[in-house]
Amino acid sequence: MQVELTVNGVLRSDEVEPRLLLVHYLREVCGLRAANIGCDTTSCGACTVLLDGESVKSCTVLAAQAAGQDVVTAEGLAGDGELHPVQQAFRNEHGLQCGFCTPGMVMAAVGLLRENPNPTEDEVREGLEGNLCRCTGYHNIIRAVLAAANGAAEPATAQAEVTA
Amino acid sequence: MIPAQFEYVAAGSAAHAIDLLGQHGDDAKVLAGGHSLLPMMKLRLAAPAVLIDITRASGLAGISLDGDEIVVGATTRHADLASSDLVRTEAPLLAHAASLVGDPQIRHRGTIGGSLAHADPAADLPMALLVLGGSVEVSGPSGTRRVPADAFFTGFFETALADGELLTAVRVPRQPGVPWGYQKFVRRANDWAIVGASAINGRIALANMGSTPLRASAAEQALAGGASPAEAAELAAEGTSPGEDIHADREFRGHLARVLTKRALEHLS
Amino acid sequence: MSILGTRVLRTEDPRFLTTGGVYTEDVTDEQLAGACHVFFVRSPVAHARISGIDKTAALGAPGVLAVYTADDVIELPLIDPLAAGLTNAKMTRTMLASDKARFVGEPVAVVVTEDPYQGEDAIELVDVDYEVLPAVVDLDDALGDGELLFEDAGTNVVATFGDSASLKQDLFDGCEAVVTHTFMNQRLAPAPMESRAAAAAWGEDGRLTCWVPNQGAQGVRDDMVKYLKLDEGQVRVITPDVGGAFGAKFGADPEHVLVAWVAKQLGRPARWTETRFENLVAMTHGRAQRHTITIGGSKDGDVRAYRLEVIQDSGAYARIGAILPTLTILMASGPYDIPNAEAIATAVATSTTPIGAYRGAGRPEATAALERAFDLFAAEIGMDPAEVRRRNLLKKFTEPHQTSFGALYDSGDYEAALDKALEAAGYAELRAEQARRRANGDVTQLGIGVACYVEITGGGDESGPPSENATVEVHPDGTATILTGTSPHGQGHSTAWAMIASEELGIPIENFTVKWGDTDLIPEGGGTGGSRSLQQGGAAVQQASKELIDVARERAAAALEANASDLRFDPSRSAFAVAGDPEASVPLADLAKDERLFVHSIFAAPGATFPFGTHIAVADVDTETGKAVLSRVITVDDAGIVLNPLLAEGQRHGGIAQGAAQALLEEVVYDAEGNPLTASFADYPFVSATELPSFELASMETPTTYNPLGAKGIGEAGSIGATPAVQNAIVDAVAHLGVRHVEMPATAMRIWRALQAAKSAHSEPESTTTGSA
Repeated sequence: MQVELTVNGVLRSDEVEPRLLLVHYLREVCGLRAANIGCDTTSCGACTVLLDGESVKSCTVLAAQAAGQDVVTAEGLAGDGELHPVQQAFRNEHGLQCGFCTPGMVMAAVGLLRENPNPTEDEVREGLEGNLCRCTGYHNIIRAVLAAANGAAEPATAQAEVTA
Repeated sequence: MIPAQFEYVAAGSAAHAIDLLGQHGDDAKVLAGGHSLLPMMKLRLAAPAVLIDITRASGLAGISLDGDEIVVGATTRHADLASSDLVRTEAPLLAHAASLVGDPQIRHRGTIGGSLAHADPAADLPMALLVLGGSVEVSGPSGTRRVPADAFFTGFFETALADGELLTAVRVPRQPGVPWGYQKFVRRANDWAIVGASAINGRIALANMGSTPLRASAAEQALAGGASPAEAAELAAEGTSPGEDIHADREFRGHLARVLTKRALEHLS
Repeated sequence: MSILGTRVLRTEDPRFLTTGGVYTEDVTDEQLAGACHVFFVRSPVAHARISGIDKTAALGAPGVLAVYTADDVIELPLIDPLAAGLTNAKMTRTMLASDKARFVGEPVAVVVTEDPYQGEDAIELVDVDYEVLPAVVDLDDALGDGELLFEDAGTNVVATFGDSASLKQDLFDGCEAVVTHTFMNQRLAPAPMESRAAAAAWGEDGRLTCWVPNQGAQGVRDDMVKYLKLDEGQVRVITPDVGGAFGAKFGADPEHVLVAWVAKQLGRPARWTETRFENLVAMTHGRAQRHTITIGGSKDGDVRAYRLEVIQDSGAYARIGAILPTLTILMASGPYDIPNAEAIATAVATSTTPIGAYRGAGRPEATAALERAFDLFAAEIGMDPAEVRRRNLLKKFTEPHQTSFGALYDSGDYEAALDKALEAAGYAELRAEQARRRANGDVTQLGIGVACYVEITGGGDESGPPSENATVEVHPDGTATILTGTSPHGQGHSTAWAMIASEELGIPIENFTVKWGDTDLIPEGGGTGGSRSLQQGGAAVQQASKELIDVARERAAAALEANASDLRFDPSRSAFAVAGDPEASVPLADLAKDERLFVHSIFAAPGATFPFGTHIAVADVDTETGKAVLSRVITVDDAGIVLNPLLAEGQRHGGIAQGAAQALLEEVVYDAEGNPLTASFADYPFVSATELPSFELASMETPTTYNPLGAKGIGEAGSIGATPAVQNAIVDAVAHLGVRHVEMPATAMRIWRALQAAKSAHSEPESTTTGSA
């Protein structure tokens, strides 16, 4: 079947199997491989993207269901060599180690802050209950989201910084 | 990890969906948010040959008032139910239950119609409908009918929906300002309830204490007879048949039912 | 100003945050064009004879290129149990299950398809006849040798380390208080977010190139050489970005070998990515030790004797889990001065997933047993748990200290770590709050758990002393490249090694490229595990950088027509200058113009190092429902001089989370038939953000002299201290109600049961309190 949807601002039309999952559509058809698959049970959130501005787990959405809608992935967040404030905050706070959960975590955080721009720590933890991470123990991820909420993360060019 | 092959068709309206259900019979399943159905299909626990997508079908969305009831369209997502000012005023227990389903991403997709039709005895919305004394609107080839919550959940993941019927709306009584209690006991935040208990207006319902959400009738009767919340709660597990799993055995579930019922009755919002 | 010891943001991050890491399943290489897709049919039963496999239906399914079973791969060598000489040699494994399947998840057949969606359809069609045999799950059943997993072996015992005949009958003579208890250090799933995968392609030159997510490409290469019977030069292994490993991605698994083999058979590249279900049943599990501890001493808190008996469940086939008890035994007495201590272990096979390494690998088990023992002893004599520990800790030492188990601790100041943690936690205030809630009879009680630990990092193996190699090269354009034998998968070596070399060479860290995990580029290397990388790999980078300056100095002398001894290297300018004449200088990069400027160096450490610390956990326990909530974790983790506090803290956080998860939440569960009950992330209670607090980390740096960086290994410390601290906190919360012990994970049901039992005063640990001798 033919599906038409917008991905990172680009309107696409593709021939797909009805059973093609949105995450596979993004990775294999669109070549956007930041979203990862980490589980079989809609538990881990590594595949999180924004669908019409709301966070969803793309492994549990059919590409067909997203017809006519707007998908934004981690690749589509940043503009022109600058990191999105949430991405910059993740960097500043060392909120990523192996990086596998990171694109999904960032998109979930973006979705969270859109709905709750000034969350408490508990609200951040609850807001990320659908995103699993094995490396960071979540500590710095929470710090990153709170920092982004407080506007502490200015978009910056991707450069190493030394903070003494 | 991926479903078996199927045909996909989008229904334009409730009537269209019912038509398609009639055409395909047992081969078809209704798809709304897909967050109960698709996980099962990905694990190959379900393999319908046809999926009828009702997400954009007309006549199935929206939250409105109708006399002394709130009417919630079947395709209303948990996130919208949870954040609806109308529901938070008129039936806050329902909004609260919706806010606890899964995680934010799941709540952006899952629908009340899907959750009720799926009828997981451990889930939030079936228990909430039961304690609120709500009902569902069901449409099929022979017309529309209302099924009260007490009669809707008929068995383990089974409902009163007959072949070819579609759940189109959910109705709950308007109860603004009526105190309510809700207790969901979990191992991790986005798990299903190990046991759940909710209370409003003398009704008490339990999740995961049997093959369907259950009324704690003995406890309700004790309350009606003047017992204190603590006394009534002692009877919460009577008439229940909880299962056993890695989280809890029967004895512990019974104990939790009593404790959570007491807390639901004592910590009213 | 030195960059060492500063919080440098990771140079790796921008890529990971925007386009995402390139993990094995993401790799697009022209060699992999047209790759076919590999799927595995796995045993759904724990123990069975395989009496026949019918491939017909599968072979007829759309897109199926081939179906292979054990008969097809008979040319591949048997997989011997790890650690020949220590383990039962008869417990061999075939690449695909042949006569028997011995655990749920064991690969039984391979299905190869054109595209990935077809594979899941096809594997359902392979028809395997299983004659089900009794499962072997319970440890005592396994030890009883009633049902044998390997008939030829004659027993289920895989290995023994010491035996009960060696235990001293009089070890506890003279002890006024003696407590004994048996408990589980339960089986866990490492569950990295990236499951296993592989991609393989054979060139026309007969060379195999494999992409495998792993902690050491060189080790995978060696396994491929061995199992595919190739020459070393014929294999190139590349580790792309790796989505976590935690000890479970070392060496080649049968699946990796088979992917390469399939590619050869079909003459086209092959790829495989495992599902999470497969990962939770077929990637090695961790821990799975049963402990019997006996601890004895005086009523005023002097611990005189300690015995640890370990039964290691090693699963169906002997991987490294079978010999990890040697590390448990080595670290059995921890940071304490216990005059009489002994430990023995037996590893036994069961019809379950094989046990491998998992963050800490043998050492968390030692600490968990010892710290539980100390709390049981403290409860027995009625002494504060922190005080009992203080009385028994080894006193500060700067010269290496050898324990009775043969471990040579390099440096340690255990009491200072305890003091620091107690102060950071506000221990006295916590005890006061606890007392207040107890007096009040609050429903929610407070518990405080203390754990003191020392652990071993960077230990060598039988191939020689712990060492690592590095190549540092400066390019004429002022950039530099580092080749390292380590294998980071989140630890930040690109940044850390650049920091070290930058300090020596005066080249900014953004100008470094750090490479690893390609055996064509770096043929030798120990990979990343056992918390070895900084103390060996980082030290190698520093050494190579210094040696490069020496090489460059000679060239500078020629260039400046001066004596080498008159030259000074100024890192702030990255240039050599004649002493007293700054104008007469030459930039380092210029010295690479005529001839490549690089040094390959091997750093050999004198031995393993021993980081240490104290963890304190605070838990709230609802005494009506039994639910425990972790409210605070305060840690001191002293791993010597810290290179980059940002990275070190990240390692501590991750370890603490996994350690806490063991105490509070996670467990791999099998039923009596050997069926895994926690084989998805919906069932396996993988810790999420809502179950953990933010952590409070205190700093302490006691250097080691074993490497010029003064560094020990930090990667696993968090998981070692946190588990017993959290378990002890939970027990402590309800100790006043008569509870002495709760098994891990301390689920609400377990805590509630312990409370019920204490009420009916039935479950006391066996303890004998004898009068003074």
